[in-house]
Amino acid sequence: MTQDEGTTTEDAGAARSTDGRAPSRRSLLGWGGAGLALGAVAAGGTAAALRTGGDAQPAGADATSRSAVAFHGRHQAGIATAVQDRLHFAAFDVTTDDRDELIALLKEWTKAAARMTAGDTVGDGAVGGLAEAPPDDTGEALGLPPSRLTLTFGIGPTLFEKDGKDRFGIKGRRPEALIDLPKFPGDNLDTSRSGGDLCVQACADDPQVAVHAIRNLARIGFGKVAIRWSQLGFGKTSSTTPDAQTPRNMFGFKDGTHNLAGTDTAALDKHVWVADGAAKGKERWMAGGSYLVARRIRMHIETWDRTSRKEQEDIFGRDKAEGAPVGKKHERDTPHLKSMLPTAHVRLAHPDSNDGIRILRRGYSFTDGTDGLGRLDAGLFFLAYQHDVRQGFVPLQRRLAADDALNEYIQHVGSALFAVPPGVRNADDWWGRELFA
Amino acid sequence: MRAHRSSVVAALAAVTAVTAVAGCAAKNDGKGGGGKGAIEVTATDSSCELSAKEFPAGHVRFAVQNKGSKVTEVYVYAAGDRIVTERENIGPGTSAEITAEIKAGSYEVACKPGMKGDGIRQKVTASGKGAPAERDPKLDAAVAAYRHYVQEQADQTLPAAQKFADAVASGDVEAAKKTYALSRVGWERTEPVAESFGDIDPKVDVRADGVEKGQKWTGWHKLEKSLWEEKKISGDDKKLAGQLITDLKDWQKRVGKAEITPTSMANGAKELLDEVATGKVTGEEERYSHTDLVDFQGNVEGAEKAYELLKPVVGKNDPALAKELDKQFKAIRTLLDDHRDSKSADGFASYDTVGKGDRKKLSDGVNALAEPLSKLAAAVATAK
Repeated sequence: MTQDEGTTTEDAGAARSTDGRAPSRRSLLGWGGAGLALGAVAAGGTAAALRTGGDAQPAGADATSRSAVAFHGRHQAGIATAVQDRLHFAAFDVTTDDRDELIALLKEWTKAAARMTAGDTVGDGAVGGLAEAPPDDTGEALGLPPSRLTLTFGIGPTLFEKDGKDRFGIKGRRPEALIDLPKFPGDNLDTSRSGGDLCVQACADDPQVAVHAIRNLARIGFGKVAIRWSQLGFGKTSSTTPDAQTPRNMFGFKDGTHNLAGTDTAALDKHVWVADGAAKGKERWMAGGSYLVARRIRMHIETWDRTSRKEQEDIFGRDKAEGAPVGKKHERDTPHLKSMLPTAHVRLAHPDSNDGIRILRRGYSFTDGTDGLGRLDAGLFFLAYQHDVRQGFVPLQRRLAADDALNEYIQHVGSALFAVPPGVRNADDWWGRELFA
Repeated sequence: MRAHRSSVVAALAAVTAVTAVAGCAAKNDGKGGGGKGAIEVTATDSSCELSAKEFPAGHVRFAVQNKGSKVTEVYVYAAGDRIVTERENIGPGTSAEITAEIKAGSYEVACKPGMKGDGIRQKVTASGKGAPAERDPKLDAAVAAYRHYVQEQADQTLPAAQKFADAVASGDVEAAKKTYALSRVGWERTEPVAESFGDIDPKVDVRADGVEKGQKWTGWHKLEKSLWEEKKISGDDKKLAGQLITDLKDWQKRVGKAEITPTSMANGAKELLDEVATGKVTGEEERYSHTDLVDFQGNVEGAEKAYELLKPVVGKNDPALAKELDKQFKAIRTLLDDHRDSKSADGFASYDTVGKGDRKKLSDGVNALAEPLSKLAAAVATAK
């Protein structure tokens, strides 16, 4: 459908396809002739080949960093799907108390999310509309490919009850696992960087595509929601594709080698997705969903950099060059925990030290400039998915906060927990539908 | 909302067809004194008679005779009461001539015996090519009422500004501080119109960071700095206070001639919220006095006025937008009310006492209002 439009550049109106839809970013790409073939392929073929939003598809299938990740599926994309390079994460406060208005927004958001993840503009597009009106789409992603954008939606505890008020009549449907996270030793949480009634995790291989997505969702939401805090992440620190290189974090180390793989459906069912049988009664809406913990972990970069390599390696329990566990040669060799320091990070975090607990890590490194004292404001924006935080992050973090040798070099400064509903099934479905049903 | 241009285009085509015929009329090119070629306007205390109510567009002369007992003035208004030309102080028994370049279209000539009120009006038509499209009369009414509002704000600002200037001139820092913010309210309510003149705003409302190289810093904010930061009034400040009044009088005199259209009203409303978002919510506008909330309130009031006047058309073209704007204007007023302080000379809390959390609430409220407000222009520029 986009090919004919590509030949006409005279009239902006020509960018509208015959069904009256606004031009997609891909069709715009085609205007100048270049990229036309790519556009045609992306519109027709690749989407079908890249059904990675569903649970059964291997995360490694979406090999190209320009393609689209399917938005619809049993589970939301952006969890078990392959980890993209960039992040823009936003937590929102719901500012309206009107349930119908909130529902209308969630429907509108879902529609926009489906369009943006497919590489389309929102609403009537970024160009070609009325000259007197601001364009519906903000336009900075025009001409950019879908870039594997995923938009993952979550609901915080305060949507169910805030200041003792059940604003939307859903208090009774708050899942047991959506707890108020306990305070862990060493936490120095900034309330303006913590919590949130809703969240959207935007991941893409192009930061401009991720930022465009959050910006447009925020704009659609003005008057109904307001961004409470947001975080940019510039480098993935974990991978859901086992054959990929494990990325290094800001400490210069490979960490999270033993992450859950997007292809390991049995492990995902056990550790990440809320099982149908577990989602009973008031929690039925969470079947196929997950729980997301977000922690802004500031690293004391400068003091770390003055630490000897030996000590750095002891703290992690890995060597710096290969990421191999203490006494081993290769990163993926089975670690011998007892040969590590009792306080080594790998030893404490390993499933064997935690009754087999596993979480799906999907964090990003961040650097928000400097802190006014000349120190890098950098660290790890930790994101982890699990079927129940009470059997996942909470016991793990209790252990780490108490004993991890790394604590001397890190500080948790932001924290949030979200219930992540199951995937949007089709074009009639929307984020949170089952919760509000 | 999906608006369509088609009806506007159709209206334009119809007008062009009509004026093509009228365009053949004789040219009014009588130059030099007296009656010949001029339209005679005979003004009395109760009437305003014209020798012709239809004339060719172009250079038009009006020969006015005041046969009444009161001093009169004559205005030529375009749609929405935009002043095309005017002549004041025409004494009883005297004559005066007014000239103007008048484009094809509908106008009103007004005689104002006693130099006040809306005057005694006569509809006139200038015929020729390029006549503007006929507009929804409701929009013309909105523009006229907004023009009236803008003039009224300027008229009310002068005495308030005079109080402030007098306090500065007498070297009374405390009295000047108390009257500072209140002297700015009318300006803040109608800022986009005042700014449309280009030369007045830099003289009266420029901030320290906006002063260009070689430009002398004058106006309210220079005095604000002296009063709050330096805590004293210099000899130069006293002169600046006088200059402020002179510049504001210039504004008061010219504001009626501003080009105002329904679209510019709507965009002006949005710009007022932009002012709030970039200058007031951040505390940059009144960085010494911290009277930002007074300006904030003025900006919102001015935006709401423009919206209220356009509402009869917006409510028809885009009822959902009107509903949302009603709601958000109400919400922002409620938010501002939380910061009222009866002990303050200007009615609002000092902005440096407003914490980060409250500033964010105000910022969220501004975004919630400004986003739908950005759609107002399209809702009045187009018809369903």
